Amino acid sequence: MNKSKNTSLFQKELINEALKQSFKKLNPVKMFRNPVMFTVWVGTLVMLFVSLWTLTGASGHGSFAYNFVVFVVLLLTLLFANFAEAIAEARGKAQADSLRKTREETPAKKISALGKFHSDEVEIIASSQLKKGDLFFCEAGDIIPTDGEILEGLATIDESAITGESAPVIREAGGDKSSVTGGTKVLSDRIQVVVTTQPGESFLDKMIALVEGASRQKTPNEIALTILLAGFTLVFIIVCVTLKPFADYANTPITIAAFISLFVCLIPTTIGGLLSAIGIAGMDRALRANVITKSGKAVETAGDIDVLLLDKTGTITIGNRKATHFYPATGVTEQHFIKAVFLSSIADETPEGKSIIELSGLKQDSFKIQNPRFIKFTADTRSSGIDIENTRIRKGASDAIKNICEKAGNVFPAEVSEKVKEISSNGGTPLVVSENEKVIGVIELQDIIKPGIQERFERLRKMGIKTVMVTGDNPLTAKYIASKAGVDDFIAEAKPEDKMNYIRKEQGEGRLVAMMGDGTNDAPALAQADVGVAMNSGTQAAKEAGNMVDLDNDPTKLIEVVEIGKQLLMTRGTLTTFSIANDVAKYFAIVPALFIASIPALQGLNIMQLHSPESAILSAVIFNAIIIPLLIPLALKGVTYKPIGASALLRRNLFIYGLGGIIVPFIGIKLIDLIVSVFI
Amino acid sequence: MNTEIFGTILMYGIVVLLAIPLGRYIGKIFTNQPTWLDKIFNPVDNLFYKICGIDISKEMTWKQHLLALLTINAAWFVLSMLVLTNMSWLPLNPDGNPSMSADLAFNTSISFVVNTNLQHYSGETGISYLGQLILMLWQFVSAATGIAICAVVFMAMKERTTKTLGNFYFYFVRTCTRILFPIAVAVASILSFSGTPMTFEGKDTITTLQGDTLQVSRGPVAAFVAIKHLGTNGGGFYGANSAHPLENPTYLTNITEMVAQMLIPIAMIFALGFVIKRRTLSWMIFGVMSFGFLLLTIPTVISEINGNPKIAEMGIAQPLGSMEGKEVRIGAAASAYWSITTTVISTGSVNSMHDSYTPLSGMNQMLGMMINCFYGGVGVGILNFYIFIILAVFISGLMVGRTPEFLGKKIEAKEMKIAMLIALLHPFLILSATAIASSLYAGNPEAYSGWLANPGFHGFSEMLYEFTSSAANNGSGFEGLGDNTLFWNIACGLVMLLARFLPIVGPVAIAGILGSKKYIPESNGTLKTDTATFGLMVFAVIAIVAALAFFPALTLGPIAEYFSIY
Repeated sequence: MNKSKNTSLFQKELINEALKQSFKKLNPVKMFRNPVMFTVWVGTLVMLFVSLWTLTGASGHGSFAYNFVVFVVLLLTLLFANFAEAIAEARGKAQADSLRKTREETPAKKISALGKFHSDEVEIIASSQLKKGDLFFCEAGDIIPTDGEILEGLATIDESAITGESAPVIREAGGDKSSVTGGTKVLSDRIQVVVTTQPGESFLDKMIALVEGASRQKTPNEIALTILLAGFTLVFIIVCVTLKPFADYANTPITIAAFISLFVCLIPTTIGGLLSAIGIAGMDRALRANVITKSGKAVETAGDIDVLLLDKTGTITIGNRKATHFYPATGVTEQHFIKAVFLSSIADETPEGKSIIELSGLKQDSFKIQNPRFIKFTADTRSSGIDIENTRIRKGASDAIKNICEKAGNVFPAEVSEKVKEISSNGGTPLVVSENEKVIGVIELQDIIKPGIQERFERLRKMGIKTVMVTGDNPLTAKYIASKAGVDDFIAEAKPEDKMNYIRKEQGEGRLVAMMGDGTNDAPALAQADVGVAMNSGTQAAKEAGNMVDLDNDPTKLIEVVEIGKQLLMTRGTLTTFSIANDVAKYFAIVPALFIASIPALQGLNIMQLHSPESAILSAVIFNAIIIPLLIPLALKGVTYKPIGASALLRRNLFIYGLGGIIVPFIGIKLIDLIVSVFI
Repeated sequence: MNTEIFGTILMYGIVVLLAIPLGRYIGKIFTNQPTWLDKIFNPVDNLFYKICGIDISKEMTWKQHLLALLTINAAWFVLSMLVLTNMSWLPLNPDGNPSMSADLAFNTSISFVVNTNLQHYSGETGISYLGQLILMLWQFVSAATGIAICAVVFMAMKERTTKTLGNFYFYFVRTCTRILFPIAVAVASILSFSGTPMTFEGKDTITTLQGDTLQVSRGPVAAFVAIKHLGTNGGGFYGANSAHPLENPTYLTNITEMVAQMLIPIAMIFALGFVIKRRTLSWMIFGVMSFGFLLLTIPTVISEINGNPKIAEMGIAQPLGSMEGKEVRIGAAASAYWSITTTVISTGSVNSMHDSYTPLSGMNQMLGMMINCFYGGVGVGILNFYIFIILAVFISGLMVGRTPEFLGKKIEAKEMKIAMLIALLHPFLILSATAIASSLYAGNPEAYSGWLANPGFHGFSEMLYEFTSSAANNGSGFEGLGDNTLFWNIACGLVMLLARFLPIVGPVAIAGILGSKKYIPESNGTLKTDTATFGLMVFAVIAIVAALAFFPALTLGPIAEYFSIY
C-alpha cells in the first residue's frame, strides 16, 4: 500500500466539499432512499411549522425559542448524517481522482494507419479521445494514455503512479503480462498498444461512479439491514402515535416538540445516518489498499469467503525456485559436473538458470566457448541445454532426460532415480543433467517460502478460511511446501480447469471461494469464483472476469480484501447495536419528562436527575445529533477486525458497543443537561 | 414462608425433570421413531387417517402446511359458532343455560380456537355441557395445531436443503393421540381423585351449616381442567378459573395443574434439540427462556410476600403477604409463581385475581405476555422465540463480520422482512388497540364508565392487560374490566385472530424459505448459535424490543402506580 497516498480523515478541501453536499442532500427525493433519515426529515419539517405557529401566538406547545431550538437540532441531525455520507464520498472521489488525473489529457500517439512497407501514420491526440480498439504506441519517457493491451513489443514500465512500487516492471506482448494501465510511464523500449476500454468506462471510472452514488446500489446485506432499521422505525412510530391517546386518558398534554423529539431519539438515527458512509468507506478502504472493486457487493462477499485459492509462486514462495545442491552421478567428478551444469545454463535467462550459475560460483566468462548452439526450453522437450562442438549437454525434468538417454540406448542409473525421488519428497524440484545422452547428475532446486506467510495463514485459519495452494509441481513437492507453509490443502500439477473444478466443488458444498489470477486461462475460474481478484498486470480477459482488480499485483492482497470485507459488515453491526442500545438511556431521559408535570410521582424514573422536562428533551435530541459526527471517524475507518473466533469477537463487540451503547448516552445526556440547564 | 418458597421451587424442579424425557419422546413422535406406545396408538392413528382420508405419505411444502392449518381452524370456528349460539335447545344442558349472543360467541369461538381462552362469560351460567365439551375439543386441537406446526419448523431446521416438510395431519393426529391424550388422562385422574367433579349431572344442592341451601355447579370439570393446562389453553370451566375450589381444590392439584401447563412448552425445547440433533442449542434456548422467566418470577414472588404498602399503612399486619384476591389454600408465593407462569406461557388460567397484585407484579405479568416467548404457549412459544433468534443472528452476524447465517442458512432481506413484521405485529396490536380504547374512554368517560372498575393508572393497566392478553393468546384477565360488551368482544376477537395466525405464518414461512436454501457448512468464522454469548445476544434483543416498545405504555400504567403508592 502506498503510504504517501494516505490522507488524513478530514482534509480541508474535502470538508468544504462535504459541507456543501450535506445541504444539497436535504433534497427529499434523495432523503427518501434512507427511510430512517427520511422520517427525521419529516419531523424536522413539522417542527419548522410548529415553531412558526408558536411565533404567531399559538399556546400550549412551549415557547417559540424552545420549539425553534428543537427544530435546529433536528436539522443538524440531518446535516450531520448527510455530512457523513458526503465526506465518505469526497474521500473516495479524491482518492480515485488522484489516480485518474494522471491519465487525463496526456497526449496519445494514435496510429491512424498501420504501415506495412512504410512507417506508421501517427497523429497526436488527447487521451480522452481514444476509443476502444484504437491503436497507439509509446516510447521511452511516454506516459501511457489509457488502459490497453500490448500487441507488439516489450517495455519496462514504471507503475509507481498507481501502485506506489518504485521498481519498474516488464510488460510484453503475448502471455499474461500484456496489460498496461493508463497513467504509468514507459521507461525503455517501444510498445504498440490496443485500447481496451471506452473512454469513461475503465475500472477506475466505474469505481468513481460507485463511490459518487450515481450507480451505487444497495448490497443485499445493506437492504436487509435497512429493513431491520425500517422495522425499528415503524415500532417507534407505533409507540409515539399511540402515546397520544394514552396521554389523553391520563390527562397529560404532550407538546408536539416532545413527541417528535421522543420519536427522533428512539429511531435508530445513528446507524441510519452513517449507513451509506460505512458502505462507501468500505470501497474506499479497498481503493486505499490499491484494489479497485467493481461493486460494493464484492467487498462484502470478501468478508464471507470460506476458501482462498492462492498460487504457490509469488504468494507462498518467493518468486522462483533456486538451485541449492549439485549431485554428480557416480563416476562423474564434481568439477566436471559443475562445468557442464554451468555451460548448460549460461544462455538460460530463467530465474532457475540464473540461480544455477550463481550456485556454481563461476563467472560468466570462465570458459571460452566455440560456436555454441543454445537449445531453448520447449513444452515438448521439457529440457534445455547447449551444443558445443561434439558435446551435447541437456538439463530438464527427470522423465524428459530419461527419454533422451534411453532413446540413445543408455540406462538411467538407479541411484539417480533415487536421488530424484528424495529431492521431490523434500519439496525440491530435481533437474537431471545429461552429457551426450548419458546422465551425469542431478541439480536440486528449492522453493523459498516467504517469511511471515505461515503467520498469515494462521490468521486466516482463525478467521475460518481454508487456504488452498495451487501449483504446477508434482504432488510430492506440493505436499511438502503445503505443510511447510501451513496451507490446508493443495492442487498439484494444476491445469486451469483443475482450479475451475475445485472452485465448483467447494461452491457445490455451499462455500464461498476467492481466488487471484492474471492469465487469460485464469479468466473462467476468476469469473466462477465468488471473489475474483485480477492482477492489474494480467490480461484484459482476466480483469474483465474478476470482480476486483489489484493495482499492486500483490498475490497476498486477498487477505487484506477479506479483512476489509469483514470490517465493513462489523462496522454496520456494531453501530446498529450501539444505536439501538442508546434508546435505553433516551427513554429514561424523555419518558419521565413527558409525564412529570401531571404525574409528579414519576420523578422516581428520572434516574439521571435531569434539570427540567425541557432540558431533558433537549439534551436527548442534542446527544442524538452530535453522536453522529462523533462516530464518523469510526464509520470511515471501520471497526478493527481481530481474528479471535466468532464467539469471542461477538463477546468483545457486544461488550464495547452493546454495553457501551447503554452507558455512554447516560453520561452524555447528563453532561449536556448540565450545560443546557444553564440557559433554561 | 419458607415452605411456600420451597413449594414453588419444587414445582419448577418437577417440570424440568419431566420435560427432558418428554422432549425426547416428542422428538421420537415427530420423527416417527418407534416407541413402546406404538402398539396401542398405531391402530388408533390409522383409523383416524382412514376415516378422514388422509394420506400421510404425501409430503407438504410450508405453504401447504399453512393452508391445511388455516382450513381446519376455519372449519372449527364455524362449528363452534353454531354450537354456542344454539346450545340452549341442544342436548346436555341440564342447568338450562342460555345460548350466547353473536358477538360473545364470536369472541368465545375465536378465543378457544386460537388457544387464547379469553372468557367474557362465566362457565356456571353462560354455557351448556355440550358447549363445554366443544370448547374442550378446541383445547385439544388448538394445542395440537401449535405443536404440529412447530414440528414443521423443526423439520425445516433439521433438513439440509428441502422443499417438503412432512405431512401436517400426520404431526397433528400424532400430537393429539400420543402426546396430549395420555398425559391429559393422567392429569385428569389426579384431579378427580382430589375432588374435582367429573359428571354430566346438573347443579347439586347442598345445605350449608347456617341452614341455607346452595346450588353448586358441576360438570365434566376434571377432564376440562386437565387439557386446559396441558395445552396451555387456560379457559376455565368455572368463571373463577383455577381459583375456584372445585377447579383447583388442594395444594396438590395446584402443583399438578402448574406442572401440566409448563410441561409441554419446556419439553418442546428439548424436542427441538432431539429432532435437529443439536442438544446444546436446546440448552441455549432453555437457558435464555429460564433466565427471563426467573427475572420476572423472583421480583413478583418477593413483592407479593412483602404485602401491600397501602394495607400496611392502615396498620394491618400481613404475615401471609399480599392476600387480596388470593386463595388461602394456595398462598402468596405459589399464587405469585402461578401468575407469572400462566402469563409467560400462554395459558392464562388464574388461581388468584391479577387485578389485585401489587403494581410491579402486574407489570411483570404483562411483560410476560408482551415478550410471549419465555417458554411461551405449546409450540408457538418456540416459534415466537425463533423470530428473535433470526433478529439476533442478523445483528450478531454483522458484529462478527460475516453475512448472518442460522443453522447453515443465510439470513437475507426476505427473511428479515418477515421477521421484522412479526416482531412489529405484537406491539402494534397491543398498543393500537389500547390506544383506541383509551381514546374512546378519554373522549367520553361517562358513556364508558361501565368499562373500568378503577379509573386512573390502574384502569389503564386493565385495558392494556386485556389487549396484551388477547395478543399473546393468553386469555387471562386483569378483571375489573366490564368486558362483555360489543366493543371488547369484537376488538379482542380480532386481536386474538391476527395475533394467533400471523405469528404462525411468519416463522413457518421463514423456516420454509431457509429450508429450501443452500446449506453452508460451518467453519471457524461461523458464529455458533448454541453458546452462552449468543444466548446473551438473543436475550438482549428480546429485552430491548419488548422494553423499547412497551416502556411508555407501562409507564402510564403499573410504573406510575408503583411510584404513587411506594
